[in-house]
Amino acid sequence: MTNGLLPFIVEYVRSIWRTLDRDVARDIALVCLADALVGASFGAIAVSAGLPLWLPSLLSVVVFAGAAQFMFVGLIAAGGNPVAAVAASLLINVRHVPFGFTVGELVGTGWRRAIGSHLMIDESVAFALAQRDPIQRRAAYWVCGLSLMVCWNIGVLVGTIGGAVISDTDALGLDAAFPAVLLALVLPSLRTAPIRRAAAAGAVVAIAATPFLPAGLPVLLALVGVAFGLRSGRAAEPERISA
Amino acid sequence: MTTTTLLFAVLVLAVGTYAFRLAGPLLGDRVTLSPRFEELLTTATVVLLVALVATTAIYESKDFAGYARPIGVAVGGALAWRKAPFVVVVVAAAATAAVLRLLGVP
Repeated sequence: MTNGLLPFIVEYVRSIWRTLDRDVARDIALVCLADALVGASFGAIAVSAGLPLWLPSLLSVVVFAGAAQFMFVGLIAAGGNPVAAVAASLLINVRHVPFGFTVGELVGTGWRRAIGSHLMIDESVAFALAQRDPIQRRAAYWVCGLSLMVCWNIGVLVGTIGGAVISDTDALGLDAAFPAVLLALVLPSLRTAPIRRAAAAGAVVAIAATPFLPAGLPVLLALVGVAFGLRSGRAAEPERISA
Repeated sequence: MTTTTLLFAVLVLAVGTYAFRLAGPLLGDRVTLSPRFEELLTTATVVLLVALVATTAIYESKDFAGYARPIGVAVGGALAWRKAPFVVVVVAAAATAAVLRLLGVP
């Protein structure tokens, strides 16, 4: 990063922070806290499995995707082939491609795109989707992505150094917090019957496929549900003509 | 595994993940999408997030995660449906799962 660019970035982040609704900021702070605890458990698990101290933090900065990081560390710790570990973790991350088309506009162009793309995680996408106003959407995406980048990495570092202080996040019910966070954020988007049909069909497919397919694939397979959300071609026709 | 191998594996994973993340914003900028297609992409994102909710609520990798987690998520979901504040939803989901486990529910 050049010195000339840094003031622009600081000013951009500052203006976005000022824009964001305080209630949304508070909600993001809560998710940060929960994810920091999960990050601490990630660090502790990786180190207790005998992996090098630098690995959890490096992954958390350059990969920055919880599920893929857990998968990668789990497979490497189990003595798995590194090629298989990379492939399995990448498969989990393919969902960022469709995410990217939806939040692309919020990410921006130039240096914003270079940084903003890296901030694309389930939480930042979901927080953006939950906002009605386009300006709030952009603010929610960036603030959530940047805050989680900071909190997640602090958590991972603490867990790596502190060891098994919070290795059992299940006892705190944090494993239920992540799906609940996404569910609360995605509910307002289930406004119309076609979207609800698509989401329900996709969820059924993903649930049915999970025991049989490699991680990441069932969620991608859920995209067949989109077909259930298509309005009939005839109904859509007049709209296209007028457009 | 040598440090070099591990570092290289992390690098490939990082570059691959970044490429996935960059693809949408990069390509979306090059082509103009019809409003109908954009609507379809939003639906796709909602479908993906709901599928993530469903699978992470029920499974721990490929096995059933036990009852505490899905019940916790369901309690959170019901509260969200009733328009409870976000904080209440998340804390209730986690607390429900934690208390159920404390009571011996798997």
